Amino acid sequence: MTSAADIAAKAEKPRRWGWWYSTELRLREMKGYLSYVVTSSFGNPIIYLLALGVGLSNLVPQGIDGVPFLVFVAPAILMSTILSVGAEEGMYPVLSGFKWHKVFFAIHATPITPGQIVAGFFVHLAIRFAFTAGIFYIAILAFGAVPLGTGWLMIPIAILGAFAIMTPLAAYSAQLEDDRGQFALIQRMVVMPMFLFSGTFFPISEIPDWLEWVAWVSPLWHASQLGRVVSYGMVEPIWLTILHLVVLVSFAAVGALLTRRAFITRLTR
Amino acid sequence: MSEPVIRAVNITKKYDDFVAVNGISFEVARGESFGLLGPNGAGKSTTMKMIAAVSTRTSGDLTVLGLDPNTDGPAIRSQLGVVPQEDNLDQELRVRENLTTYGRFFGMSHAEVGKRADELLEFAQLSDRAKAKVEPLSGGMKRRLTIARSLMNDPQMLLLDEPTTGLDPQARHILWDRLFRLKENGTTLVLTTHYMDEAEQLSDRIIVVDKGEIMAEGSPAHLIRTYSTREVLEVRYGSDKNASVAKKIADVGERQEILPDRILIYSADGERDLAEITSRGHHPTTSLVRRSSLEDVFLRLTGRSLVE
Repeated sequence: MTSAADIAAKAEKPRRWGWWYSTELRLREMKGYLSYVVTSSFGNPIIYLLALGVGLSNLVPQGIDGVPFLVFVAPAILMSTILSVGAEEGMYPVLSGFKWHKVFFAIHATPITPGQIVAGFFVHLAIRFAFTAGIFYIAILAFGAVPLGTGWLMIPIAILGAFAIMTPLAAYSAQLEDDRGQFALIQRMVVMPMFLFSGTFFPISEIPDWLEWVAWVSPLWHASQLGRVVSYGMVEPIWLTILHLVVLVSFAAVGALLTRRAFITRLTR
Repeated sequence: MSEPVIRAVNITKKYDDFVAVNGISFEVARGESFGLLGPNGAGKSTTMKMIAAVSTRTSGDLTVLGLDPNTDGPAIRSQLGVVPQEDNLDQELRVRENLTTYGRFFGMSHAEVGKRADELLEFAQLSDRAKAKVEPLSGGMKRRLTIARSLMNDPQMLLLDEPTTGLDPQARHILWDRLFRLKENGTTLVLTTHYMDEAEQLSDRIIVVDKGEIMAEGSPAHLIRTYSTREVLEVRYGSDKNASVAKKIADVGERQEILPDRILIYSADGERDLAEITSRGHHPTTSLVRRSSLEDVFLRLTGRSLVE
């Protein structure tokens, strides 16, 4: 009979590389809807930039914050696009892995641990966000909407921002038994207001005071402001820039820990 | 005798107040084919999940391949093949990709998983579907693909949870044939089923489980000998008359079960008892003499039938 030590030795490789095997599966699955990812990645920025750059910016000839309207709005549009992909990926794909396609249960029947399943899910999403953000960045660069050389930092900021919204939603979705309209409700009552009141098209100083708190708790506002700092050197106190980062990292990290816990609970019960 | 591959002592699984598995004990030897027979909700699947090192037991001692599933889950799972009750094939992937990606989870190289996948597609009679999508496959084909997937890591033990539920008779027989080959090659099989014919076909030894507890244990033949008679005579008088006729023939056979649609008479010689009943003037509308089955054992032990 194979000894316990032999068995442990056989499980060594998955113990070390399980997170990557789990990523690999996700990337391979993406092949099935790659055309959607590519088309939307290219299509989104072009539609936005044509509408806003050519259309709306004519109404604001003086620009905002000392820069042309397109330069002001471009980082925020990039962030809102990637963060909305993040919100999407934190909902149906997670519940589906438990409820409809049960892929997470299938993987957990192998030496892969729940933590590695989550890690693989996150790594594949980081790649997906980077791809979409990278294409968006190139598009706004081509439209001449990124004055500074540090503008490329919008890509990692977008990934962080997307994680800040995706991981808390993933933690929530992993506990759901069924979608009885919760996702639609989140979309309408959380995601949509966030996009409208996060200083995307105008500074939050234009929002009535009693609504400003929405921006302060919105990962999108923090990501957009960071994007503006690196894209055109928006002036703000350094503590505020640091606060943006702290908020995003906190959302992402707490969400990731809760997601891991939810996966362990659901897969081992 | 070598170390058993599974040793369960008094294992329990509770979900809040609900006790799914209530202190059951059993052992499974290497190369043995072991069945858990019981109705839906008996605790079979929960027991399987504990053996498969995915569900944490509430109490009791359990070793699988000499290891504790609560602490050595990944190591145990590296040696198991698991066929879950509901197919959880990856619909985003093609047939062959379902096997290759799964093999990777065990640390197999890309070259290894490719070779193994082709062998197993052959075994599962799915070679011509290698590049097909999963969704349009028939139930039997999906099941065979799930079994092929569970064999990617050349497991020491195969766990099958209700392997043929929902399949038509022909598909079931193809599947049984494949599983029988594995058994012949020495793979340890552990299966749950609520079909008595499946338990009889595939298991050397069975535990009968109901409401989270073991009701009986032994080989199918042993259980039938112990808990039933050699033959069963089934007679029908029409649903409104069965009960009244039963009273008049209560002394026939060793024991009787009166079901809504028929009377079961447990007997060493069914034909003789049928002659006895008719000689008393109780001519049934239909009658049937058959061998006793595990269904009868279950009925005897629990007063209920397996499939409701």
